[in-house]
Amino acid sequence: MNDTIVATDTDQREVLVFNLGGEEYAVDILKVQEIRGYANVTRIANVPEFIKGVTNLRGEIVPIVDLRLKFALGTADYTEQTVVIVLNIGERVVGVVVDSVSDVIGLSAKQIKPAPEFGAQMNTAYLEGLASVDERMLILIDVEAMMTSREMALVDSLDAATA
Amino acid sequence: MDVSDFYDTFFEEATELLEDMERLLIELDTNAPEREALDAIFRAAHSIKGGAGTFGFEALQNTTHRMENLLDRARNGELALDRAAVDILLEAGDVLKGQVESYREGVAPDAEAADRICRVLQRLAEDEAAPATPAAEPAAPAAATAGDHAERRLDVCITGLRPGEADALAGELDLFGTVADRRDDADTLALKLVTSVSDDDIIAVLCFIVDAGQVRITPAAESGPSRQRLRLTLTGVGDADRAGLIEEVDLLGELTGERADGDTLILDLISEQSIEDIAAVLAFRLDPAQIAVEPAGPDTDQPASGPAAAPAPDAATGDIERPSPAGAGNGAERRRESGNAESTSVRVPTDKIDHIINLVGELVITQSMLERAAGELDRERGEALSEGMSQLSRNARDLQEAVMSVRMVPMDFAFNRFPRLVRDLSAKLGKDVNLETRGGATELDKGLIERIMDPMTHLVRNSLDHGIEDGPTRIAAGKPATGQLTLSAHHEGGNVVIGIGDDGAGLSRERILAKAKSNGLAVSDDMPDEDVWQLIFAPGFSTAEQVSDVSGRGVGMDVVKRNIAQLGGHVDLRSRHGVGTTVRVILPLTLAIMDGMAVRAGGEVFILALGAILESMRIDESAVRAVTAGNHVVEVRGEYLPLVELHSVFGITDAESRLDHGIVVVVTSESRRFALFVDELIGQQQVVVKNLETHFRKVAGVSAATILGDGSVALILDAAALSKMAAPRHRGRAAPAARTVPAESVSHE
Repeated sequence: MNDTIVATDTDQREVLVFNLGGEEYAVDILKVQEIRGYANVTRIANVPEFIKGVTNLRGEIVPIVDLRLKFALGTADYTEQTVVIVLNIGERVVGVVVDSVSDVIGLSAKQIKPAPEFGAQMNTAYLEGLASVDERMLILIDVEAMMTSREMALVDSLDAATA
Repeated sequence: MDVSDFYDTFFEEATELLEDMERLLIELDTNAPEREALDAIFRAAHSIKGGAGTFGFEALQNTTHRMENLLDRARNGELALDRAAVDILLEAGDVLKGQVESYREGVAPDAEAADRICRVLQRLAEDEAAPATPAAEPAAPAAATAGDHAERRLDVCITGLRPGEADALAGELDLFGTVADRRDDADTLALKLVTSVSDDDIIAVLCFIVDAGQVRITPAAESGPSRQRLRLTLTGVGDADRAGLIEEVDLLGELTGERADGDTLILDLISEQSIEDIAAVLAFRLDPAQIAVEPAGPDTDQPASGPAAAPAPDAATGDIERPSPAGAGNGAERRRESGNAESTSVRVPTDKIDHIINLVGELVITQSMLERAAGELDRERGEALSEGMSQLSRNARDLQEAVMSVRMVPMDFAFNRFPRLVRDLSAKLGKDVNLETRGGATELDKGLIERIMDPMTHLVRNSLDHGIEDGPTRIAAGKPATGQLTLSAHHEGGNVVIGIGDDGAGLSRERILAKAKSNGLAVSDDMPDEDVWQLIFAPGFSTAEQVSDVSGRGVGMDVVKRNIAQLGGHVDLRSRHGVGTTVRVILPLTLAIMDGMAVRAGGEVFILALGAILESMRIDESAVRAVTAGNHVVEVRGEYLPLVELHSVFGITDAESRLDHGIVVVVTSESRRFALFVDELIGQQQVVVKNLETHFRKVAGVSAATILGDGSVALILDAAALSKMAAPRHRGRAAPAARTVPAESVSHE
């Protein structure tokens, strides 16, 4: 967390930056509930491999998704350093495993450019755009669209009409 | 604060009042009605009317007003409530419930139903009024009930008229007093009326031609005689509530003065609303005992004389309990009595309680984690700590119990709905039935009570329809002509037992067996009674030949049984031919806590409902027989049970696969039994049931989740689903499979 947070003005927003397979991704900070370690995840049978299971988050049973497995990025090992970003999506809470979390950055609207057609790994429907900050390029993820999508298999298919 | 903030409170209160009203009406002895009961029914209607008026729910206000008129005359002995009249009032109550529901959902209430019931009520009032006022004109009965209003000038505006209606309406209005300034404009009729008849009664009569919603009556500008100056003394008002209250009072009329004295708020108001109505409206915010509304001075009909006027007598501020003078006292006093029970309770949304339950559950888990950590310390330093820990553990458990008890409500909540059902149904079936309820104070989780209503209703209908015989048959059988239906509830261990019993004909063993045989179920004539009775719960045990208007409408006892099983309960049935039938529904106290057995397969721990476990045993490989490629059965005491291996179903790779190395648990679910193979039984424990679908989705074979002592999540197995998930042994995908050996056919409960 070495970057200073740019003072906010009206069209300014803050994003949490995390690393996944050498790329920098970002999610809206308002969607992030907390960041915690990876521990005590109970496996669920007969679900895609990237759904690691469920964990106890202060009495709530919350699913944990490993984005490294989902997008075949990075190495999916689980150590004391493994980071889970707990996201708030509507009424739901979901934890996502990433390589690491780097910092919180303020972005202005003009820094964000629409995402071009991208590689096969991530559906562009889940991308809000690309943002360049100094020399870095951040890939902005629309977590709401991503987590409620059918391919994430996190919600019952009835709710997954948004996919 | 907006008035709409009070809507929810009003809806809840109105619903409760309507339920009270219904109960009182049913309990009413039509031969010698108690004044107290009639008063209470009247008050309920009146309170709803008051609230409806404030919030502008016109249909609701009109219908309750009609009811109120009737009830007022009934309690004054001017009108006798016979059974037919009570039926009409009950029906009106149903319409009101519908209207409350409509307003709650923000849709227009069913105008037709309201119109119809208004007419029926009106007719009832007229029929009864006729002898009293023989020379009355058509519109006069309504006027007769209006009380002694002074003459007022009103602006009447009726919109949305069809051709020809305007003249008819004007004609009707002419009967009330003097019509002037009539203006017809397309579909609108506007006129001035000088009359002594109340607005409500005018609307009541106009309702014969138009809807209440089309009529708007406002006092003409220079009216005034009915306005009165009031002094409102509200005690126990916190800073936070003050502004909202003032705002609300302001809506009731012209606020001419406000003064706060500690937590006492004194408001001077000039209003057309009656004292009782104002008290009723405020009662949505305050306890009746906190409200005192009095005429501010002797000159009550003097129009506004200026905001600065009227310093009230000092006595009014301090002395709240003093009985209010004149008419004001009656209303306030009565509400005070009825409000006593309320003043000691708080209405809390269930999700708030659930949140607290969650937090307490967490606390208990944290506590047990600490306890474990403390146990690992060396004895000397750990002693003081472990003492504190055991204290904490006791406190945490007490706290958990106390919080759970908040969710508990008495069974009366469920029982109270049945008098009406039994009354209507027995009348329809032409049977005379007496309903008795016992143990209504027995407490049960609120969620369970709501979900037990449907099965209970079904069972009660069954008893009335098929159980209790009609009068002549009963007399011929040497029984009293009046049938007896008993609803009971009591605690038994950690369960609640709900009984639905009748003294009717009982089940016919022969007919059930015959039916079972024709359905192809494996039965024998010498089966014990208990097993025969269980047959009626079998799926496909059609009730077709018993279908009537009342029960047997395609919903069988198997559905009842399944619904109850979903709540973690079970049903048993006792019956004697000619003597009666009693169905017992045995339910856990709460859905939130469950007695479970922790089982292990490989490195994973699952919870199985204790109630679903019949027995467990070690079994030799040789007891397994393959039925088809993926389907195996095990022989347990000469009985073949389908084998379900937990590790195969859930794809657990590090588990035992040899039967003689693990343990087989005989599990029952929905009268189907199967053998579940697990590595070991860890032990029995109470678990807090957590919904898996709140943040995730349904998982096959799993009904919910819980949190274990170490803070990790364990899945709670869904026995019913597991029984259908038998997977090929040792490896492979879980696939639903058809069994060739039906377990049901040889079951012995």
